[in-house]
Amino acid sequence: MLVDILKPLVVVFVVLNFIPLLIWFERKGSAYIQDRRGPNRAAILGIRLGGMLHNLADVVKLLTKEDIVPTRAHRFFYFIAPMIAMFVATVTIGVIPFAAPLAIGERSFTFQVADLNAGLLYVLAMGSLGVYGVMLAGWAANNNYTMLGGLRASAQMISYEVAMGLAVVALLLSAGTVNLTAIVEAQRGPLWAWYGFTQPLALVLFCTALLAETNRNPFDLPEGESELVAGYHTEYSSMKFALFFMAEYAHIVVGACLITALFAGGWHIPWIDWAYVRQQLELFVRPTLVGFGVCSMLVGGLLCRRFLRRYSTARYGDLRDYESLVFGIGGLLAGIGVLGAAALLPDDLSIAPFTRDLLVALAQISVFLTKVVFFCWCFIWVRWTLPRFRYDQLMRLGWKVMVPLALANIAVTAAIVALG
Amino acid sequence: MEAFLFYIFAIVTAGLSLLVILQPNAVGAAMSLVGAFFGIAALFVLMQAHFVAVMQILLYAGAIMVFFIFVVMMLNLEPKQLRWRTITGSRLIGGSAAIYLLGLLLVALLERRPVGAGASAVWGGEPVEGTVEAVGELLLSQYIVPFEVTSITLLVAIIGAVTMGKREL
Repeated sequence: MLVDILKPLVVVFVVLNFIPLLIWFERKGSAYIQDRRGPNRAAILGIRLGGMLHNLADVVKLLTKEDIVPTRAHRFFYFIAPMIAMFVATVTIGVIPFAAPLAIGERSFTFQVADLNAGLLYVLAMGSLGVYGVMLAGWAANNNYTMLGGLRASAQMISYEVAMGLAVVALLLSAGTVNLTAIVEAQRGPLWAWYGFTQPLALVLFCTALLAETNRNPFDLPEGESELVAGYHTEYSSMKFALFFMAEYAHIVVGACLITALFAGGWHIPWIDWAYVRQQLELFVRPTLVGFGVCSMLVGGLLCRRFLRRYSTARYGDLRDYESLVFGIGGLLAGIGVLGAAALLPDDLSIAPFTRDLLVALAQISVFLTKVVFFCWCFIWVRWTLPRFRYDQLMRLGWKVMVPLALANIAVTAAIVALG
Repeated sequence: MEAFLFYIFAIVTAGLSLLVILQPNAVGAAMSLVGAFFGIAALFVLMQAHFVAVMQILLYAGAIMVFFIFVVMMLNLEPKQLRWRTITGSRLIGGSAAIYLLGLLLVALLERRPVGAGASAVWGGEPVEGTVEAVGELLLSQYIVPFEVTSITLLVAIIGAVTMGKREL
């Protein structure tokens, strides 16, 4: 019982903690891609964490900002719209399986909130509700710009939902199930067992539709600032605006989780069988520790080198100068510690069955989340690389290119499944 | 527990359905209808019909109502005051149809029906769990004719809407 209550909390906690990470990715990524400076000021005692601390400054600003409600707004829907946006963005995570189900005695413990029989349909159903937050926000604020933004968003999201649903159908045909755990389990084995390789067209269509659903570049017409000020959230300020902002990033995280589970093998590593890993876990402990130690020493060494180079040429003249030295020496020491632990490890190591299960599950979760971080980065990469579509181009792409392609993909897949 | 949840969702659904017709604001009415659909989906979940529940949200709340609200927002209707309306020909027909439906439902409600073990004898066929596989198999074997007829009817409706909406094709 307690587990059933804790699971949703933990999962939502994970999603919410991805948001600052993604904002950091976005700022640093845009700075590197467009060759400009990222966040480099906000610091506590000289610690900036590479701009990560800038998020704290954002939070303080958004929480203390005045919350303005337009006089002619429809108050109820004005208040509820950001909540709907955030709710819809996070609720889909409930059916994502983060690791293989674990058998504890008689019972089986799943690493997802609810193992629904209609898992994928639930994802599509909740995804289709996302449009309400945007639409109501645009309408309730009683402003022409927000109204246009809301209308654009709803037209765009409805159009691309069709392509998204059809792209997934082809995947379902080859998987033969809509249960997400079963879909991930079907991708065990070599790299080409991943549906991303057997269904490349479905992957491309799904990712494109997902970009449109999250209202991100190149599909961010609903908030096109050159035409609509800020689109549907023009009239929102303070934490209500922040909720829309967070919902966008939560949507990215959930979308990346979906791509991982559906197309990139979920918790599987190509050619590695988790049952074998569980059996021979002792063999993997030492190499893993050595790997961690070497990586930690490498990062620490690079940070120390950076300190030495910066100290003579580009100095801030305050505590910020010593940040990389502190973290660099810390990393070096941690690396030496981990390597020492690896050396001191007894040769006849034996791990209890329960710990064994737990370690394997942890490894699976790490694999899953690593893939999620990679796909999140892809979203940001696309945003800072591609220009925005024009509205007629967007509609033509959705209805005249993506939907026919998805239908053709379904036909071909169905023929192959029926013959094979 | 189940009965308790049933009453909660039933009251929410009925209350929101009443709001649909009592709200002067068109967007408000449409959003109440969305809420009512969620209540109905919850009732389906209580009956173990997960597939139908998800479809209820996916199709009605996620697709059809979005179009409703889209059109309402496009027309930008002002909230109208409720007022008494006179009885005319078309309203008479509509009203009689509504009363007929109400009567039918009342008859169905008042007639005693066996519940539980004896129900399958009356309804014909065993109750099946509402999984995707079970519903899909029934739809494509026993009920294939109504299923296909429905899809053709929908196709006809779409073509009709396009020809009516677009004068020159």
